[in-house]
Amino acid sequence: MTIEAQHIVADAPADLVLGDRVAGRLYTDPEIFEQEMTKIFERTWVWVAHESEVPKAGSFKMTHVGRQPVIVVRNRKGVINTLLNRCRHRGASVCEKPKGEANGFTCPYHAWSYSLDGQLRGIPYPEGYEGVMDKSGMSLRKLRTASYGGMVFATFNEDIEPLEDFLGDVKLWIDRFMKQGGGYPIKVLGKHQFKFKGNWKVQLENTTDGYHFPIVHRSWMASVDEETADMMSFMTDPECTTHALGNGHSVMQMVPEHSDLDADDGTEPLQARFDDLVAQLKSAGLDDAAVRRLVRAMHGTGFNLNLFPNVSMSAAFFRVLRPVSVDETWIEHIAIGPDGPPEVVDPVNRARLRVHEHFQGPFGFGTPDDAEGWDRVQRGAQGAPEMPIMVNRGLAREKDSPEGWPTSHVTDETGMRGAYAMWKAMMSDD
Amino acid sequence: MTEVLADTRVPLTDPRVIRAVELIWREAELLDRKEYVAWNDLYAEDGHYIVPIDPDTEDFDNTLNMIYDDARMRGMRVTRMIEGYAIAAVDAARTVRTVSRFVPASVSDDQVVVRSAQVLVAYKRGRHDLWAGEVEHRIRLSAEGADGDRITRKVVRLVDSEGAPPAAGFLL
Repeated sequence: MTIEAQHIVADAPADLVLGDRVAGRLYTDPEIFEQEMTKIFERTWVWVAHESEVPKAGSFKMTHVGRQPVIVVRNRKGVINTLLNRCRHRGASVCEKPKGEANGFTCPYHAWSYSLDGQLRGIPYPEGYEGVMDKSGMSLRKLRTASYGGMVFATFNEDIEPLEDFLGDVKLWIDRFMKQGGGYPIKVLGKHQFKFKGNWKVQLENTTDGYHFPIVHRSWMASVDEETADMMSFMTDPECTTHALGNGHSVMQMVPEHSDLDADDGTEPLQARFDDLVAQLKSAGLDDAAVRRLVRAMHGTGFNLNLFPNVSMSAAFFRVLRPVSVDETWIEHIAIGPDGPPEVVDPVNRARLRVHEHFQGPFGFGTPDDAEGWDRVQRGAQGAPEMPIMVNRGLAREKDSPEGWPTSHVTDETGMRGAYAMWKAMMSDD
Repeated sequence: MTEVLADTRVPLTDPRVIRAVELIWREAELLDRKEYVAWNDLYAEDGHYIVPIDPDTEDFDNTLNMIYDDARMRGMRVTRMIEGYAIAAVDAARTVRTVSRFVPASVSDDQVVVRSAQVLVAYKRGRHDLWAGEVEHRIRLSAEGADGDRITRKVVRLVDSEGAPPAAGFLL
């Protein structure tokens, strides 16, 4: 076959995705980006929050569903709603605080005020609307919202399947992911944000790209202790696999012995770097088993669980992507840790914050190198937009697992193929 | 004896303040030149280099920061920047920074705390990125003279610390 014969030339975006390759245009074509916003981000379940970010009545955070600004807010009854951050009068945003607590939201322009449920409560000088408009029909637009395992998702699509059906076999892996609380619930500790000049799918692929790790992250590997470097030496270990879980989701197991943190035969030594933490936890009154559960989970779980289209539960943190334009994406790296008595969780979370800072964020030892790689993809992909981006690694060794999940080595592109199959299905859907 | 700005303004011409400002400017040039080993030598062994996210916090231990380096992390960071494995550092933006608007916050014979404003322009592949921030240096003055002065704490509070800066291959 000649190189030319492998080019992908088609009019319909869905035809630009083949099983083992996708056209470079997927990263660079603004018209495709516009269609993605409506056909994917406004039609599927999009991750918007972790429940701990809105802990009590009136707690809220601002975020986006695709490009659309929303507020995630807990109401008086404890129900989490997702409201479009747009006044029904003339379109102003009703909230510009990234997070906080409120009794409601008041538009700064003409002081239309809304309840935590988004209902329009007050209009100044209401006589002008007598016989014109009824307040009851002018609530903030509310998105359908549902959560599983503390992960909150919202969608503009009233007809979409229930969240639990959309997640399917992902639920098992969410349950496993949350075990890194070591017997305590998980809470958000803080977040890094950064932007890069590249398409959102470059990030989507990266969270299931084991292949790049020892190359792009050589600098980070050189800076960690030997135990941590060994833990991440999955390149040639056949036990380390990636499963495609359906609906574009996938799980990449870098440290399979940490996939289920409850499965612990006690033989693995705790890392020496956490000796001080172990001593602190013991002095706080924890027994050896409780200490071991917390400290063995310091690097999180042994996998990246990648949910299509915008969130990855990556080992010890959440990685959230926000498409801004065809060549700009904002990314959050959200640090998490156990939520419990301060004498127990504070020392654990201080250590988790330092582990997170070491790799993540705009000045981490890992993130800037990822961002450089992605910048190079966006620049290079301007050339020959019909030339394919290859996602064929490991195709010949991909087999179904006993659960029926397409499975291959952790360095293979099984997860990307799964994500692009979902992309193709959603982009075909009129 | 420590003199507080609100009560007794220490002039910028105070020789102790001049020593601090000269050190801050030397640090700025070393960072723009990416002379990271020499840069690290300006810090005391117990010194911290901090770029917080939370604009108000002083409790860096219990909050997530962009950078929270003690001597060990700073040393590893310098290695990362110069050893040639980190693709972001190998192809880093060129930077030019201006540090000015110096205000002596407290001055004694053994320590000077100086607040300043830093405006940094980073150029890479046709783009100029602007990094603006409030800076505070704590500088330990040496009895042996200015060559022995060391930074014990530097905090850079970016105006967009809670926003989304680009990932960086240089230091602030």
